Amino acid sequence: MSKENLTDKSGINTEDMILNMGPQHPSTHGVLRLKIHTDGEVVSKIEPIIGYLHRCFEKHSENLPYEQVVPFTDRCDYLSSMHMSHGYSIAVEKLLDIELPERVEYIRVIVSELQRIASHAFFIGVFGLDVGAITPFTWVFRDRERIVDLFETLTGARLLYNYVWPGGVSHDLPDKFVSRTLEFLDYFEPQLIEIDELLTTNKIFIERTADIGVLDKDVAINYGVTGPSLRASGIEFDLRKNEPYSVYDKLDFDVPVGKGEMGTVGDCWDRYIVRFLEIKESIKILRQCFKLIPKGDVHAALPKKVRPRKGSVYSRFESSRGELGYYIISDGKNVPTRVKMRSPAFSNLSALAQVSEGWMISDVITILGSLDIVLGEIDR
Amino acid sequence: MSFVDTMLSALSSFEMNYTVLLLIAVTIPGLIIFLIMTVNAIVMVYMERKISAFMQDRLGPMEVGLFGFKGGKRFWGGIGQTIADAIKLLAKEDIIPKNADRFMMMLAPFIIFIASFLTFVGVPLSENFLISNFNIGILYILAMSSVGVIGIILAGWSSNNKWSLYGAMRAAAQIISYEIPIALTLLLPVIISGGLDVHTIVDWQLQNRWLILHSPFTFIAFFIFFISGIAETNRTPFDIPEAESELVAGWMTEYSGFRWSLFFLSEYTNMLIISLVASFVFLGGWGSPLTIINLIPGDYMYLDGPVWGLFWLLFKAIVLIFIMMWFRWTFPRLRVDQLMYLCWKVFIPFAIFNMLAVGIWEVLF
Amino acid sequence: MPEKTLIDSIKSIDDSIAYDDETKIFSIGEVDKWFEIATEIKNLNFDYLMCITSIDLENDQLALAYNLHSTETKKSIEFNLVFPKDAQIPSIESLWKTADWHEREAYDMMGIKFVNHPDMKRILLPHDWEGHPLRKNYVVADYYHGMYIPKDKTEWE
Repeated sequence: MSKENLTDKSGINTEDMILNMGPQHPSTHGVLRLKIHTDGEVVSKIEPIIGYLHRCFEKHSENLPYEQVVPFTDRCDYLSSMHMSHGYSIAVEKLLDIELPERVEYIRVIVSELQRIASHAFFIGVFGLDVGAITPFTWVFRDRERIVDLFETLTGARLLYNYVWPGGVSHDLPDKFVSRTLEFLDYFEPQLIEIDELLTTNKIFIERTADIGVLDKDVAINYGVTGPSLRASGIEFDLRKNEPYSVYDKLDFDVPVGKGEMGTVGDCWDRYIVRFLEIKESIKILRQCFKLIPKGDVHAALPKKVRPRKGSVYSRFESSRGELGYYIISDGKNVPTRVKMRSPAFSNLSALAQVSEGWMISDVITILGSLDIVLGEIDR
Repeated sequence: MSFVDTMLSALSSFEMNYTVLLLIAVTIPGLIIFLIMTVNAIVMVYMERKISAFMQDRLGPMEVGLFGFKGGKRFWGGIGQTIADAIKLLAKEDIIPKNADRFMMMLAPFIIFIASFLTFVGVPLSENFLISNFNIGILYILAMSSVGVIGIILAGWSSNNKWSLYGAMRAAAQIISYEIPIALTLLLPVIISGGLDVHTIVDWQLQNRWLILHSPFTFIAFFIFFISGIAETNRTPFDIPEAESELVAGWMTEYSGFRWSLFFLSEYTNMLIISLVASFVFLGGWGSPLTIINLIPGDYMYLDGPVWGLFWLLFKAIVLIFIMMWFRWTFPRLRVDQLMYLCWKVFIPFAIFNMLAVGIWEVLF
Repeated sequence: MPEKTLIDSIKSIDDSIAYDDETKIFSIGEVDKWFEIATEIKNLNFDYLMCITSIDLENDQLALAYNLHSTETKKSIEFNLVFPKDAQIPSIESLWKTADWHEREAYDMMGIKFVNHPDMKRILLPHDWEGHPLRKNYVVADYYHGMYIPKDKTEWE
């Protein structure tokens, strides 16, 4: 179904209908307003309007000491809160110039990869829901509950953890954490096969997602799209491999790239399958971490007062949505002068207008779902 | 043989004015149909919630009991749930938006309800349990089920809501298109058995074999009929008009309370009608499974009879309804143009080819 | 960290580009030539604009930090622009489409005016908000649409 067939060539003077997919809508993943100009069912222009969830994170962080900013970062992308605080801690540590014990680095990687699995599994469920398949949603939540339970034994909270601090982590791994996580991984891998059968090779699902919303390589980089959405367009760009931080250079994993198996490279099916395969890679990383993790004191490098040197740093981190960047300017005080969070979903969403021109309204929802946005980090 | 006829003959022994007699003989079956529709809705909603819950690895309604019977650990859990929901719906506030067309909005649910009600008049539940014995049975069912589209379009248009309008337009296109494969496939039993009447078709099946096994063409026709039937009732994978994640609730968005329950009622009645029609047209009606291929013609003493007939017909209908519900929770949704493509470019050519092929088969065998 | 050849090739684009060895940041003197310089940088294969950060230096000057990256050579550079409060910056939206929303945010939060931007309006705040919050001297207004914004937060903090 190509785009050209869908335009009206009869020459009758028609008016565009402006449809408002308002802030409250079952499938806009948060409070996002889309102003859609349509001609019948075909979309001619989309204007996303954001800002409904703006909570002035950057202004708040100018009045708080560095370690007290961490809970605020959690609340930006509430589905990958470990990534948010991990990225922030790495940025502050670049200004602090401290050396972290290995155990801390491994714990951070374990927690980040578990969070990545949870976030991508959530995406699979919600994407199925957008397309109309309701059952994988409930199955995914049942499995995500177990990850959230693991986090609860670790940090005490289910969604917003305040765990990764500049200089270390807040608690060490509790007693049975390793065995419970390995149990969970053994339980989870067969569940992925079930979801695979229900969605990935389903003919109706393929018809709804293959060849839809194709994001070209050059368009993607120009719009600043990163993360799985960029990898689905065929570019192997993963910050964990390109500029390895933490202990990722010691771990062995692949980076799934979209190959256009069911349609064109860079369509919605590719974005789905890249995230699906990334879950498997994260499971691989987790098993390696549990074998390699050393003993040690996690609080050894925690500074008593976080007072970075004067200067600015831009530090990049691979979150589950793409490249999370923190630009921190410090004046030598214990309060940052400027913290700017470059959220991946912000740039991913700006590509929506270009990608969905010429498709139908049902396709707009599919494309929006496949970009995997979280309004919390777009609006901050 | 039909209900109205029996009522008329029973009541004609009283000395009464003929019009009053007719009124009574018509209202009582009407009430019976209404009762069947409500009981069907209650049971099917409970079934749907439990089946969908078990498929999604959860439990479904568990708390609400019926006369103190709360049900077991898994099955029969919240058996009074639907009745509680029905009472709640009746007690809800009836909201009509300010800019909506008031008369049309109040009229639309009733039109849809009337359409399914009228169709039910011609659908049998057993050999003798037929409300009205038309000799153009199949044609009547087809005609009456088309009336429902008007109600849907009215509902979407009068709500003064762009999303409802979208849903109504999609629903109208979908229902009108899918009536053609249904009509074409329903003609096959007419060709084979030689009559439009319900009894003719079922009697032919009980004497020969179930129509689904009559020839490979009727086998295909059964599937075309069933899938088009699912499209007629707006169930997933064809539930674009009420697509929950795209259009909020499609053309039913602005309805609340009693009017919404009328929509709901007619949707489940439509499901029952499609299943019943598929059962008695293709699957042998009120015959037991021993009549699939009639090896020994004649009466089957233990599995035949009026009550057994009712049981078999309902059993087949419920199996088909279960399959419909199974589809809903397994498949994603088709997009509008893919739906139309399926109807016009796949089903209709196959249905026309089927008709020709069955005609040739009849001549040859 | 950019190597010598890269530093030299960037410096050769224009005379006013300066490179600070300690902070490893490029900066230019006049903002009017920014568009041409950016075009040349894009021709040097820097195809990915990562982030545009707006900064309030408290001596009546504002700054913008552009972080760029090249997906081929995997090198990142940073450009700083320092300018007085009411200067007009050329928009580089036609070169990198990311800049569209980032520049709107810089205008919204810091009040930096961009020239040649196709759709310059507020992005995160309501369209009729007054003031630019990320400025250091920002004071929250008293009323918004007739609703009083309380300043004393001791009751709930």
